[in-house]
Amino acid sequence: MKKVKCECGHINHEGTVLCEACGKPIEENQHIDNNDKNKLLNMRYDGSARRSQTKKRTIVDKTWAFFSSVKVGVWLIALTLIAAALGTLYPQEQFKQSRLPSSQFYEQEYGITGKIFYQLGFHNLYSSWWFITLVALIGISLVICSIDRVIPLHRALKNQKPKRHEIFVKRQRFFSETEGVSDKDREMLIQNLKNRRYKVREEDGHILAEKNRFSRWGPYVNHIGLIIILVASILRMFDFMHTEDYVWVREGETKVVPTTDQQYYIKNEKFIYEVYDRNDERFQEALKNEEFDVPSNFQTNAVVYKVKEEVIPGQEPELEEVTRGEIRLNHPLKFDGYSAYQSGTQLRSEYETISFSIKNSDGQDVGDFNFKPNVDKRKYELKDGYNVVVTDYYPQFEITEEGPSSSSKFPRNPGIIFEVNGPNGHSERYFYLNEDIVALSEDQQFNVNLEDTKLITASGLTIKKDFSLPVFLVGAIIFMIGVAQGLYWHHRRVWLHPTGNKVLFAGHTNKNWYGLKNEIEQALEGTNINMVNDQQEKF
Amino acid sequence: MDLYTISSNFLFAAFILYLIGTLFFGATIGQKRQQNIKSKSSKIAISITILGFTAHLSYFIIRWFASGHAPVSNMFEFIAFFGMMLILGFIIIYFIYRETVLGLFALPIAILIIGYGSMFPREISPLVPSLQSYWLKIHVTTAATGEAILSISFVAGLVYLIAKVDQTVRSKHTTWLEIVMFFIFATAAFIIVTTTFEAMNYQSVFTQELNESVRDIEYHLPALIEPNSSELKTEGAFSTGLEAPEWMRGDEAGSKLNTLIWSLLAGFVLYGLTRLILRKRVAAAIQPKLSRINLDKIDEIIYRSVAIGFPVFTLGALIFASIWAQEAWGRFWGWDPKEVWALVTWLFYAAFLHLRLGAGWHGEKSAWLAVIGFTIIMINLIVVNLILAGLHSYA
Repeated sequence: MKKVKCECGHINHEGTVLCEACGKPIEENQHIDNNDKNKLLNMRYDGSARRSQTKKRTIVDKTWAFFSSVKVGVWLIALTLIAAALGTLYPQEQFKQSRLPSSQFYEQEYGITGKIFYQLGFHNLYSSWWFITLVALIGISLVICSIDRVIPLHRALKNQKPKRHEIFVKRQRFFSETEGVSDKDREMLIQNLKNRRYKVREEDGHILAEKNRFSRWGPYVNHIGLIIILVASILRMFDFMHTEDYVWVREGETKVVPTTDQQYYIKNEKFIYEVYDRNDERFQEALKNEEFDVPSNFQTNAVVYKVKEEVIPGQEPELEEVTRGEIRLNHPLKFDGYSAYQSGTQLRSEYETISFSIKNSDGQDVGDFNFKPNVDKRKYELKDGYNVVVTDYYPQFEITEEGPSSSSKFPRNPGIIFEVNGPNGHSERYFYLNEDIVALSEDQQFNVNLEDTKLITASGLTIKKDFSLPVFLVGAIIFMIGVAQGLYWHHRRVWLHPTGNKVLFAGHTNKNWYGLKNEIEQALEGTNINMVNDQQEKF
Repeated sequence: MDLYTISSNFLFAAFILYLIGTLFFGATIGQKRQQNIKSKSSKIAISITILGFTAHLSYFIIRWFASGHAPVSNMFEFIAFFGMMLILGFIIIYFIYRETVLGLFALPIAILIIGYGSMFPREISPLVPSLQSYWLKIHVTTAATGEAILSISFVAGLVYLIAKVDQTVRSKHTTWLEIVMFFIFATAAFIIVTTTFEAMNYQSVFTQELNESVRDIEYHLPALIEPNSSELKTEGAFSTGLEAPEWMRGDEAGSKLNTLIWSLLAGFVLYGLTRLILRKRVAAAIQPKLSRINLDKIDEIIYRSVAIGFPVFTLGALIFASIWAQEAWGRFWGWDPKEVWALVTWLFYAAFLHLRLGAGWHGEKSAWLAVIGFTIIMINLIVVNLILAGLHSYA
């Protein structure tokens, strides 16, 4: 690699704009940071040699230069931002809440613009290849621009010497010249700077005072945090890191927990639904305007079991309780790396029991029978030799062209046809639907009454396992440390440069010039050194 | 007096104090006034602002006691909190930079924001199960604080543009600046119109037929535009007979559109009258008053408030938000419209910082970006909550 030797003796890397040690502009490289056109030196990266600005020949060089450019980075951010915003114009497919297929939904609901939205694939925008590509490009840009800058900047700050070249000092934004500065002034200045927690270094009467250099690493730290977050989202695509499924469990029911390889079972012992009291003093004003009750709690009392030994096919597995608890919104139940979230409810939507009582022709009670749709029992023995046989059962009754039928397997509106058989061979048929009993046989002798019905709630649980969460959290914490470090602290430097009978004084900060100006004012208090001028051209 | 009334009175007191504070900040600008009067009135102005903030804080704490949960659970409460944080952000920036002119703009904007929020239902409402979490107070307050600090950059940006944009000729810049002014007028108009008709107890009812079901729709402003396919039920009530377009089928779509049209029209009237009286652009009329301000300092404030607000916003609106979403729904990110717009806001201010620090966008460019940033925050607050209904549409 070509090296450039400065007159101060320091050997710089190719492409260095300002000597790392003394800051003297290296003549042939001034165009890189536009120093040839400006009065002030560009101090962005302390004039260090960045690969993107130095090598521009091969494809690799060009790609590197492309991704390390701030302009490209901002464009990528802007494109992602606009794309993300466009996706909220109409609901994404997952939120459309309609039975219509997407190909019809968007056009029917939103007209021609909806149709275009759908045809452009915007209904699944955030999982589209081009949106993911945009985010990936930002990721590449983050890595390349960080490496491009952090290494040379680190080198430049490490190699800087208190003794700077005169041109470097004169071409800083904050600058002053003073004649007749005494040693006492110098001592006072050093003391003042030390009081403000500057680290002061001296060389041949030259002074460099510096504070909060670590703030310069903030951007790179936060970029690392973002990269970790992007890596975490890639990891999350694999099953060993993240699984998700949904299960409906009825009250009293025990179900296999999906995604657990049949290893776990969950029982819904009871579902609790509560609403706010309309007479509650605090809320009665607001509740007066509500047409429906405002829910205050959705809760599943659940028990989780684990299969004890290896399951023999065809046999009921032996279960062992792992944990039990209340699953509420905002309070998932956690077990062995899995979490169960309260995600849905079908309130009192299915029949658990329908109870009948039967009297014989003498009006004597011959017993009750409880029909349980979910229990596979179709014959019920009563007293005195009477029995009941369920001949037909339709969980969700409907009449189609082919006669009675069921629109689902769930007992939401059960239709039951049953026979009541007496000891002497007399038999009658009845039809139950909608809390009503119709006798199907003529010459009715028995008396069948509906006693009670019991409705149950189905609870919808999301079952999650997500080992990528800690990775995201680490990324987020590193990001926060990085932004705080970079934005809440400022890297400040001042130089004192004696030359002949004059003393040059200059200051630089990467941001918050107002703060630096105040601090210099305080540091110069009690000395003969002139306050710095802001040499920046007004914009 | 019950707690609810006491807390409401404190909010009203804050509102009035901010108004008085604005007047005193007004006395600190201009060329003719003497220096000692300026410094005296700026002391009074900031004291009144702090007093107003204390009243505002009392409203917040008392309402918290009254409801038993952090009062940031619906539009009114959220906006009132946002306004409070805007004032706090201003007070902090004031003590760093001692820039009184900022108060002359920050206070009226806070007043408009609080006024706007007060047009939503103000009763204490119970928490639906999905909001019952201690993350409510952590996430919402941090996010609102971040947004409020970011909004200070808009206030500074506005001051900068009014002072800086060349008003001798008409240009793209003067036009856009007037558009910003118009929206400020329209917000005021919305508050005036809504309050007026509320005081008159105005109500008209429409019946709308939709999907074979009939429902009643209440209007609290005279109908400039009726709900789609509806009939006026209230006899003798005013209506133009114009109907909302067919695709606006939401429960309150017609009424919201009607309110929007009212606000824009009344805004035009208010703005038009002001222009007639001033006989020049509104910004051009304010400009001479700002001739003495230090533009570099204002420019620095634009940047500093973004630098301070950005990490707070990230923490509240993205990180705490994700943690809560994970607790509540089992997914920390789901591309819900509110989440997307938080990301859009974040990306925007990330771009702002890169442009400022990496590409040297200072001064006017930064100021315009600050205005756009505030627009995005307002879209997230208003459009997303009221129009793009998602998981966050609790209001």
